[in-house]
Amino acid sequence: MEFFIDATRCIGCEACVQACSECDTHKGHAMIHLEYIDRAHSVQTAPIVCMHCDSPTCAEVCPADAIKRTEDGVVQTARKPRCIACNNCVLACPFGVPKMKTEFKLMMKCDMCYDRTSAGKRPMCATVCPSQALFFGTRTQLEELRPRSTPVNHFRFGNQVITTKVSMMAPRASQAQYVDVTSAMSEQTIGKNISLNVLMDALFTGEVSNE
Amino acid sequence: MSEPDREQVYAAPDGKPQSEQPRWRKDFPIDWPEDNYVARRDFTKFLVLTSLAFTAGQFWIGFQNILRKRRGEPPLRFIADAETIPVGGAVTFNYPDEHDKCVLVRLDEATFAAFSQECTHLSCSVVPDPERDCFRCPCHEGLFEMATGRPVAGPPRRPLARVRIEFKQGGVYASGIQERTS
Repeated sequence: MEFFIDATRCIGCEACVQACSECDTHKGHAMIHLEYIDRAHSVQTAPIVCMHCDSPTCAEVCPADAIKRTEDGVVQTARKPRCIACNNCVLACPFGVPKMKTEFKLMMKCDMCYDRTSAGKRPMCATVCPSQALFFGTRTQLEELRPRSTPVNHFRFGNQVITTKVSMMAPRASQAQYVDVTSAMSEQTIGKNISLNVLMDALFTGEVSNE
Repeated sequence: MSEPDREQVYAAPDGKPQSEQPRWRKDFPIDWPEDNYVARRDFTKFLVLTSLAFTAGQFWIGFQNILRKRRGEPPLRFIADAETIPVGGAVTFNYPDEHDKCVLVRLDEATFAAFSQECTHLSCSVVPDPERDCFRCPCHEGLFEMATGRPVAGPPRRPLARVRIEFKQGGVYASGIQERTS
């Protein structure tokens, strides 16, 4: 059983966020992130759960040795007696997964619903996702259901290549070796130019032109 | 059984094998089972060192006991003439050292009692309160019985240290101090 994320299928219904806050390992606190890709121009959203890296950057930067990974490769919430709430992991995680809960002085993060997955059940978010953007199952199941996609679990952030336990779906035709996550940061989207013009017009004329 | 028998899943960020990694990576492993793993040698070291510390502690206690016995009893010291203290009256004095405040009270014609003034809660000075027949500590309203020094109210749990008194030719003398735990 593996976790597969296909952000293109996400419809932004927030069912996963609600389900996440009902998980018994962090009851009442949703650990999933549901992000808008480009809020100004699109309603496209993407769910982000912990990718459970082979070499977890959050644990690498932890000065208190608090972030540990269990035998099955699941990176857990920081251990309470050790966590000093320094925020290093929050800043370091390439996927932006850890959440600093200042009320508990503790970093908390998605642990793939450890109480459920360790007992052979699916995580909360995957059970409720109506479009199955969050899919938890075997690779054979996935190939049957989605013949045109292929899972990728290598990501590149600048010079850092990360291999993860959780996979993201990419089109099978593209033959992607890895997902270059930061590549989009240097590109200027067309939408941004348009919005900039509109804003500048409004600034100088006092109203948005209708042309 | 020198290594935990589990598959090595951890890969260091530089991708080099475990043997080429610096020592601290072994000392601060990221994987939970390795973090919890205690080698037999480490456990034995812990046991030996702790029992050694306990043994040294026992010797230290014995040594302190010998020192205390050698120091002997504090000297006899004159407090006041019995005649000068009225019934219900009190006299303060310092015993055994200059900074140890004590108080002598006359309970009735024939009975005297003397206690250290140091409250057993937080060492404030207790004062006699004849109306309630008690020593009262002004800091936290602790009360001690005047005749015995036992705590009756407030935070203190131990009785006041009793000063042994002797009578010689009409004078009251302090002859020793007795710390009590109950």
